[in-house]
Parts: sequence; C-alpha cells; structure tokens
Amino acid sequence: MSSPTLSRRVFLKGSGGVLAGTLAFAAGPISLLAPSRSWAMPLDTLSTRQGEVLLGVAKQMFPHPGLEDAVYAHVVKSLDRKSADGLMLGILHDGIVELDRSAGGDWLALNDAARLEHLAPLAGTPFFETIRGDAVVSLYDNPLAFAHFGYQGAEGDGGYLTKGFNDLTWLPDPPQPQGGYLPFEEPTA
Amino acid sequence: MAMTDNQKTFAHDDDSVVVVIGSGAGGGTLANELAQQGINVVVLEAGALHTTADFLADEWASFAQLAWLDTRTTSGSWRLAKDFPNLPAWIVKAVGGTTVHWAGASLRFQPHEFAALSTYGDVAGANLLDWPLTYDDLAPYYDRAEQRMGVTRTNDNKGLPGNNNFKVMYNGAKNLGYSCNTGHMAINSAPRDGRAACQQRGFCFQGCKTGAKWSTLYTELPEGIATGHLELRPESHVARIEHDDSGKVTAVVYFDADGNEQRQKARLVAVAGNSIETPRLLLNSASTMFPEGLANGSGQVGRNYMRHMTGSVYATFDEPVHMYRGTTMAGIIADESRHDPERGFVGGYEMETLSLGLPFMAAFLDPGAWGPRFTGALDQYENMAGMWLVGEDLPQESNRVTLNSDVTDRYGLPVANVHYDDHPNDIAMREHGYRQGAELYRSVGARDIYEVPPYPSTHNLGTCRMSERPEDGVCNGFGQAHEIPNLFISDGSQFTTSAAENPTLTIVSLAIRQAEYIGELMQRGAV
Repeated sequence: MSSPTLSRRVFLKGSGGVLAGTLAFAAGPISLLAPSRSWAMPLDTLSTRQGEVLLGVAKQMFPHPGLEDAVYAHVVKSLDRKSADGLMLGILHDGIVELDRSAGGDWLALNDAARLEHLAPLAGTPFFETIRGDAVVSLYDNPLAFAHFGYQGAEGDGGYLTKGFNDLTWLPDPPQPQGGYLPFEEPTA
Repeated sequence: MAMTDNQKTFAHDDDSVVVVIGSGAGGGTLANELAQQGINVVVLEAGALHTTADFLADEWASFAQLAWLDTRTTSGSWRLAKDFPNLPAWIVKAVGGTTVHWAGASLRFQPHEFAALSTYGDVAGANLLDWPLTYDDLAPYYDRAEQRMGVTRTNDNKGLPGNNNFKVMYNGAKNLGYSCNTGHMAINSAPRDGRAACQQRGFCFQGCKTGAKWSTLYTELPEGIATGHLELRPESHVARIEHDDSGKVTAVVYFDADGNEQRQKARLVAVAGNSIETPRLLLNSASTMFPEGLANGSGQVGRNYMRHMTGSVYATFDEPVHMYRGTTMAGIIADESRHDPERGFVGGYEMETLSLGLPFMAAFLDPGAWGPRFTGALDQYENMAGMWLVGEDLPQESNRVTLNSDVTDRYGLPVANVHYDDHPNDIAMREHGYRQGAELYRSVGARDIYEVPPYPSTHNLGTCRMSERPEDGVCNGFGQAHEIPNLFISDGSQFTTSAAENPTLTIVSLAIRQAEYIGELMQRGAV
C-alpha cells in the first residue's frame, strides 16, 4: 500500500484522498496476514474525509466488535471505485453533507451512539441503501474478513477430506451406515 | 482440448436433426439418450463452455461466471420480488446448465405425489392436477437415472461421509425421533465412471472441480458427442421456434456467439431451457397460426409456476461447526415429506443441510438488513449449522411467467416477468418447517436461531405442465406438446405438481423415458 509508485500516483491525481489507520489488535488473525501494523488505502475519487465518513457509516451499519478498520476500508475502496461514476459520487457527496448538517456540522465529531442516531433516519434513502448494498458484499468478501469470521474461502479448493470436514467432536459421531463412509472405507454391513 | 473440437457437425439446413434447446439435466440427458440411439442431435446452449478447471472457489466470482444474469423482472407478494427484483432464479447459464450448480440431491418423488389432486383433494386457490403418469410408470426410469448418475445408497454406491454440518443435523434429528442420513446424492462416494470421489471441497454450488458430482457437462454431453451423433453449440441463444402451415415446428432461430442470427432446421424440437426460459421461448414464438404462443391453446403456457416452498434455518452453537467444509447438502431428513393434513397443510417437505460461505451468508441471511441482530449472526459464522427446507408448493394459475414487453434483452426480445404469490398452504408449511428446524437445533444446544427467507429460486417448475387432457396443460405424459406433435418439453417445466423432492432426478428420469418415446415415434415415422 505504501509503495512509492502508488503514493506518487495518488499525489498526482490530486482529487483522491488516502484512508489510513493502525491495526487495533496486534495478535488478531488479521495481523498475521498484514505486512505491518499500519495500513493505508489510496482513494481515486473520494476525499480523505469522505472516506472517513463512509468508513464510519459502514461501522454503524455493520457493527462487529473487534473487526479492524482495515476490513471496513474495503467498503470505502469499493465505493471509491464506483464513484468514478458521477451519479454515485453525487449520492455519496449529498448524503455526507446531509449527515454533517444533521449532526450540526461534523458527524465524525460525534460519539458512536450519536452517530447512529443521525444515520438511522436515513435508512431507505439512496445514500443509505447504496452504502448498505455495497457493504454487505464488499465487507464480507475479502481475505481479511474471512480470517476474522473464520471462513476458509479458497483454502477449500483442494478439499477438506483430510482437513477437518468431519472434525467436530462436541457431539457424538453418527453411526454407519447413516453417517456414510470415507472414499476408501469398505461398508461392513 | 474442448469437447466440441472434433465433434460431428450438422448443416443448418439439415432438417433431419433433432434440436434440443438447453444442455442441463433435461436437455443434456435427452440429447445423449437420442445420440446413443443413433439419432442426430444439435444442442443449442445459451451459455458458454466452461471446463471443471475453470471453476472458482469464490462465491461471488463464480456467480458472475456461471449464473443466468440476463434481466428478468418480478411481481407478486413473494419476498424475492423485493429482495432480488431482477433475480427471481439462481440458475446457470453455461454448458451443463444448472447441473453445474446443483447440490446433487437425488430423491424419487413419492407415489402419492404423482396424484396430488386425488390425494389432497381440491384446495382453494390451487390449480391441482394429477400427473398423466404414475410412479410405477416412472420407476424403471428412476432405476436407470440412479444408475447413470451414480446416486449414493442405490446400486451399491455407499453413502457419502457426513461432515460437521451433518453431525449437528443427525444428532438433532435423533432427539426429535427423525431418521437422518447422508442422503441419496449424485456425488461419487468412491471413484466411479471415470470420475473422482468427492474431496469435500464445499463448493458444490460453484461447480465441482473434481467431477465427483454428476453434471451433464462432463457425463452426458461428452458421451453423446463421442457417438458422432451430437453437435453441441454453446453461446447459442434461441430466439424463437418456427413452424409450417401444418402447424409442425420446422426450425429454430438463434443468435450465435457473435450475435448473428442463425436458423437451424429441425425434424423435432425439444425445449429444455428451465421453467422461465422455456415458456418465454414458446410465448416469444407466437405466430398468426398460434397467436398466444406455441402449444398454448390451453392458455397454460407460463402458468402454474412453482418454485418449491423453501426457507432455511441456521443456528449457532457454543463450539465451532465450520459448516462450509464438505458437501453442501450433506444430510437429509425425509420424515416431514409425508402427506399429513393434521399438520395444517397438504404435501410435505424435506430438511437438507445447507451451508453458504461467508460472502453469500451475508447476502442471503436477511436481505436488506443491517444492525446488530444481522452482524451478531455473522459474528458466530464459525459456530453455525444450517439446513434448507424444501417442500411442495401448490400450482396456481396466477403464478406465471409472462412476457414483459417494456423490458427487452440484448436481442430486442421481451424478457420474462415472474409473478408469484405464496399460497396459504406454502406459508403454513414454511412456518412448520421453521419450527421443526429450530427445535432440532435447540435440542443440541443452539444459542441463536435464524429463520432465513427463500433464496432466488433454484427449483423452477411447472410452466408447461403435463396433463391428461389438452385443456388442462401444455404437454402429455411424455412431454409432447398437445398441439404440436414434434415439439417436446424436456425440463422441469413439464411437472404437473412440484412434489417435495429436489427435481433433478425426476427431470433426468423423464428425459430418459422421453428419449425412448421419441425414438419409437421417429422409427414409426410418426414425427
């Protein structure tokens, strides 16, 4: 994320901001995947502040205790990509203006409960539904989210036959023949 | 090398060929069965040819690769019209059709389900009818289909090994007095038929990379091509069927991969485009002689659309489950599939394990939802088990596929609108299933229960139904159109009623039986 080429491109483009943060949990599953504790995500179209508001909105909509901002940043990245389309950018821009207005100037300055109080009435508006519809996909469709929520994704491609497809031990094992047979196991009955 | 590289080809003006539209469970099986008899067949498939190596272990990427995403519209009171207004069905647009995506459950219908009207009696608002064939008529073909598909727990094919999701279901089932096993699945439990044993990847819906799961893509179609009597034309989107002055069909007009219009002459045409495209095609083929669409003298084309009563129950536990590991449909309970009106509804339903990966769980758990109840479920994803409820829904005349002339596809053809209202019987059955599923999971210590609404329909049925009398339906018990002797319906559109069971095995059995019938007709020169 911090490669010189990327930074220069972002700098030259001018209009886009950068979303940055530090991992909150040094020992979480995500820290194992991350090359360093600090992260940065360049934005092509959205400003840094717009990115920060959208990240805050995604966290209010889909609150997961302990889920790193670096994962929520995928939502901002996805919205930023779609904002190349002017209509989308307009919806997001207007919604953020509305949120700030409702919050008396700066929605980001509010605490969590107050943020939700000003966001919730927007449910059903194009602004809200656009973010929700994107986030419900982009937040949960990336390797960091998989690691956090305990989904192995493409690791399954080779098959779980010898990798825990039946490793549950907190219930009794079903008997045969109901429980079936491994590929090279001969039915006895 | 693609399977089509060295295939026998037929001229567009060769009017001796049978044209099969669609290459899934119905079309792919029928085409191979005809080719095995030495009958020349051209298969027109709208989707592209993907090989097993192309399949992706990534839910959204695979969806983009395989799903039928051409626009459709919806109406009616079913929740899908609100949640996924342009995606009423989750089916496949690729060679192999929805057999690429299916979970593999291969259950026979029960004898009484072929006689729904006689068994259930008149149900207000429903358009019930008995099938023009009985279980005994189909039984020998069920035998052949099970053999061909390698269905587990038939023909000495042992049961698949149960995964973690199965273990939870099995233990809960035991507590409720249900019987439960790893099901009758068209998935190899041991190497068989030149295909591998299931490796428990858990991506059944994304295409089976090892070929352990039966799909026409790597069984029926290459076998048919090997006879030298079958030509498969992928990326051939059929626009309409033409007929002559005598009312017999004569040719199929389609758009090829480059968007060029082509016309394939035909001695006989079999339509197997799944229950939305099949009626759409007949309606889009309206002519002066058939102003309401082909084979539609009864007005039943597109009507009686069924999509099964469905719903899911997911439950979370104190300990991990990892339900996504291994076969998607890993266990089946059939106890509630009986007809027992004491429960407050006619017909019955199956309970089958199901799992979704994290991306699809987020998409389908409660479409439109946000906030802590929603995220609380995903926080427990690792400890979640799940089942799908699939039961008989009742045919209703007003549940129908029609042409939406306000919306056209890339070829300028009206798209299909799918209208569906749940029947009170469907709702009562779903409520019962939710209760039983929740009780099952609670009996093994469930923490939270989630009743999940129907996904975009995977079982689309009934829109060109079979009937004894021409005024009640579109085709006879062999799928032959009542009005047009050389036009056949070869997919789940034929179903007179939906029964409780997953439809593929019955579609394949009907296709094998139909192929035999067509062979006889052709030999006699009757078509």
